[in-house]
Amino acid sequence: MSTVSTAPQPVAPAPASPSKSARARRSRGIQVLRYGLLLFFLIIVMMPVYVLLVTSFKGPGDASPDRAWLPPTELHLDGWRTAWEQLSPALGRTFALVIPASLISACLGAMNGFVLSRWRFPGANLVFTLILFGMFIPYQAVMIPLIELMQDLGVQSGVPSLIVLHVVFGLPITTLIFRNYYAGVPQEMIEAARVDGAGMLRTFRSVVLPLSVPAFVVTLIWQFTSAWNDYLFALFFSNARNGPVTISLNFLASGQLQDYSASMAGALIASFPTLIVYIVLGRWFLGGLMAGSLKG
Amino acid sequence: MRRRLQNFGPPLLLIAPSVVLVGVFVYGLIAVNVNTSLTDRHSRAPADGYVGLDNYKALFSDEDFQHALGNLLMYTLAFLVGALFFGFLWAWLLERGARGEGIFRTIYLFPMAVSFIASGVVWRWLLNSAEGDRASGINRLLDSTGLGFLQNSWWSDENWGILALTLPAIWQLSGYVMALFLAGFRGVPEELREAARVDGVTEWQLYRHVIFPQLSPVALSAIIIVGHMSLKVFDLVMAIAGQTNYTTQVPATQMWIEFTRGDYALSAAIGTVLLLIVAVLIVPYLVYTYRQERNR
Repeated sequence: MSTVSTAPQPVAPAPASPSKSARARRSRGIQVLRYGLLLFFLIIVMMPVYVLLVTSFKGPGDASPDRAWLPPTELHLDGWRTAWEQLSPALGRTFALVIPASLISACLGAMNGFVLSRWRFPGANLVFTLILFGMFIPYQAVMIPLIELMQDLGVQSGVPSLIVLHVVFGLPITTLIFRNYYAGVPQEMIEAARVDGAGMLRTFRSVVLPLSVPAFVVTLIWQFTSAWNDYLFALFFSNARNGPVTISLNFLASGQLQDYSASMAGALIASFPTLIVYIVLGRWFLGGLMAGSLKG
Repeated sequence: MRRRLQNFGPPLLLIAPSVVLVGVFVYGLIAVNVNTSLTDRHSRAPADGYVGLDNYKALFSDEDFQHALGNLLMYTLAFLVGALFFGFLWAWLLERGARGEGIFRTIYLFPMAVSFIASGVVWRWLLNSAEGDRASGINRLLDSTGLGFLQNSWWSDENWGILALTLPAIWQLSGYVMALFLAGFRGVPEELREAARVDGVTEWQLYRHVIFPQLSPVALSAIIIVGHMSLKVFDLVMAIAGQTNYTTQVPATQMWIEFTRGDYALSAAIGTVLLLIVAVLIVPYLVYTYRQERNR
């Protein structure tokens, strides 16, 4: 609690009593203001969620604009039904691409992170910086030749292409997360293994990997969310019949008939898996975000 | 020689697949893309020959592309200011702990877990341009709370339409900036605060002269991350306004339009321009972190 600031300081002389009560009054005022603002912003941030929920249950009777912000007069599930019919095949495909993509890129990230943090070879930092740059580039700058490269390699459009792309372009961030994590592993543990005669690969497998569970969780969550939410690669490398849920959702939402209850139900359905991950594993999710800021 | 191989062989082996992949998919493809942008490949068929910088000259003299660049600049400035302001404010409000801090933090941050495509569904509804009796979304809310004079056409506005799209972007990223700043606040050593209090400074002076200056590296990270995301804006425009809407054109949407027309050379040129814009922001930062690493 914020009473820390008003707690008596043993070193500082106690202020005279009138000013003390004035200060206490003022600090109570600040508290009221603080919680007021926090609640106000809470409502603002939740507003779109309210709209999504309310609109998704509306039927044709609530279409009038002056009922826009009001709850539905009666609960209709038509929107949810339409959305589910349109999105469920794509949901399956999204899981089929996101899970292998996150697993593979996490493993590669662990290997890179270990080498770049512990087994320094000449130019290791330069290699790391060059890999990192790949995280920031706008993918438009490689898109045209990328399409042709994937065709030349014979990778099918849809799920297979997207797995390859999320693995390759996920390498920088997964390497970064593991490198920062391994920088915190005590050097003595690695030295001890080396003294015992273990080579680098043995050290990695039997000493470092068992310690890596937290970094794996962070990386998997990060890759899961970013691959799940990807739209750019999906647009260039798949279509509504073989693509992930973002494509189908945008297709549903931008149709000629503005079926708002179906598109809002669809938005909720499409966000459900990442929201669950976020709510259940929130602490770890934050860890991934922090790693994204380059600071270990 | 043999010893060197034993020392550096295994790490190089472990990291080689990733280095090759990033080398080919990032640097190799950037080179091919730049090459394509210098040719007359205005269809899917191979190019006839080189045209020098003609494609870039055509782009920069095209009013639509100038409009898109102007939009990108406005969008990025407004997005940066908004996300940094709210992120900083929320972190400051939560900094010394609050009752239910976890709930506030979770809710402020959750939009980050949702795709721009899903949030675009609800924001398109919120930013509906209809006014008066036909108004829904935010305009309806303003109308019914006596703030009707604030109603506007949002992203349909010819000059400032792009700024409307910063609202969902700020909504989505402020929580992330908050998390960065919160970590920054909590990284300020307690002794520093104690020392300042012993010196008898007021709370405001403590923040102004002791704590805020400690947060400048965090602010820099936040600017880099939000800035580069902002320069790559694409999904949000596609989800809310659609690819053909003139008022919200950005380079990324024009790149997609040129691609669907089959104009590979122009599309590649736009990709390269985007890369250069992002590089102006990212390269100095990467060089700076690289130097810091080397000196460690």
